[in-house]
Amino acid sequence: MKALKSKLDSKEFAVTAEICPPRGTDTSVFMDKARLLKGTVDAANVTDNQRAVMRLSSLACSLLLMREGIDPVFQMTCRDRNRLAIQSDIMGAFVLGIRNILALTGDHVSFGDHREAKAVFDIDSVQMVDVISKLNGGTNMKGTPLNGRTDLFIGAVVAPEADPWEPEMIKFEKKIEAGARFFQTQAFYDMHTFRGFFEYAAQFDVKILGGILLLKSAKMAHFLNKNVPGVNVPQHLIDELESSENQLETGIRIAARQLKELKTFCHGAHIMAIGQEESVVKIIEEAQ
Amino acid sequence: MIITKKKDFGDILEYLKGREKVFLFGCNSCAEQCRTGGEREVEEMKRLLGEEGKEVTGSSVVDETCYNMLIKREFKRKEAAASSDAILVLACGAGVRTVAENTDDGTPVLPALDTLFLATVERYGRFFEGCSLCGECVLGETAGVCPHTYCPKGLLNGPCGGMDGGRCEVDLENGCAWIDIYRRLKAQGRLHVLKRISPPKDHSKDLTRPRKVVLDRGVRGGA
Ligand code: SF4
Ligand code: SF4
Repeated sequence: MKALKSKLDSKEFAVTAEICPPRGTDTSVFMDKARLLKGTVDAANVTDNQRAVMRLSSLACSLLLMREGIDPVFQMTCRDRNRLAIQSDIMGAFVLGIRNILALTGDHVSFGDHREAKAVFDIDSVQMVDVISKLNGGTNMKGTPLNGRTDLFIGAVVAPEADPWEPEMIKFEKKIEAGARFFQTQAFYDMHTFRGFFEYAAQFDVKILGGILLLKSAKMAHFLNKNVPGVNVPQHLIDELESSENQLETGIRIAARQLKELKTFCHGAHIMAIGQEESVVKIIEEAQ
Repeated sequence: MIITKKKDFGDILEYLKGREKVFLFGCNSCAEQCRTGGEREVEEMKRLLGEEGKEVTGSSVVDETCYNMLIKREFKRKEAAASSDAILVLACGAGVRTVAENTDDGTPVLPALDTLFLATVERYGRFFEGCSLCGECVLGETAGVCPHTYCPKGLLNGPCGGMDGGRCEVDLENGCAWIDIYRRLKAQGRLHVLKRISPPKDHSKDLTRPRKVVLDRGVRGGA
């Protein structure tokens, strides 16, 4: 299995999936899920206290994946660390052998399980990409030379269905200017809009991995529409789920359909299955 | 204007446990307008403390409680202020601090209010936060909308992924600050400003505490 960067560089379609660290120190379930993904995906993203819920460190879990032979994408948000911690953890990831990093803003603490926490946001996601570029270039963010640089493949996030669209595209371009080389997009369900975004993005030298979020049930689709910003599940998919015997199977089929279509024009796909790693395997098999 | 709100009376009584003689300070500026520390509220506090068996030794509603000279004068005028068991201040934190500056170390100076923010007065009794006093104003690049105040994450380079149809993920009742900034810059023909990468904020400008400004004599027109 090629690592994420070389796969994308050689213009092959890359598939990544997301895996969430445990809420505690027992990593047995996490490792079982990781083993399921091994050999199936090109890299696995490790989420960083996703939805502002405290979990085992994304850095530690990225290392666990690596030891298992999986190329990790170390996710880092701007919410929990100031600029000193961000730089030292990025270098820490690098010396441990991690090569892919995804810079995100991070959900606000008001969504999570530690609502009384101080949200840091010392730097934002564009600035974080710039900081990683500087570490790659051999200096810290202040321009002071480092005793040994990093060499990380820098990723960021973009919302292809953002409304309004223009300010999101301005931010997308700033991330590219700051040094982002690959993008994992937010989940989308309208392939037409996504194609529009992809054509726009084609003018830049970056790799795009389209975001696929597995719909486990019609109920989940309704929940997403109501509660998750920027995600819009169209009615015909909800109908398809509702009228089926096994909604999860139908959700897997829908995701496989999206993956199959992405393979015809995009650089890759990023599958988010929220705890359903065995479904990721099925989606990939079904899209063969 | 500085916005304050009343602390829970139970919490105030807790502060005053074992202290029977209490002097009150109010403020005729911001706290008066917030209805938290004007004449009315000081009288109300007197009554409430009286009902709890406390002796209110006196009170002063100063024009600006954050003004050291005015507080100094009150301490000269009202002997009771310095000889009470405790001083309760119905003003913002700076007012409490100014009173504390003027007492000996042995007298507790206690806040009756929580200090919230620096506000624009929409109209009487309606306040919204205008500025977070960050020490390095970027309103020139953000079309008059403060990203430190209106974006809950204080981002400097555009909307986060949580922006939803122009609304803010943290509270959908609120518009996303960055969409507001984008619209205004666009209307002003200044989108190029948004396209520039903003560097990280220099927190040395607002995190070095306490902050202090001393005008030179020429500017002060001093004696
Ligand atoms: S940028 Fe915002 S917080 Fe800073 S001084 Fe200007 S208005 Fe105040
Ligand atoms: S939605 Fe807009 S205002 Fe709200 S946190 Fe994100 S960028 Fe800031």
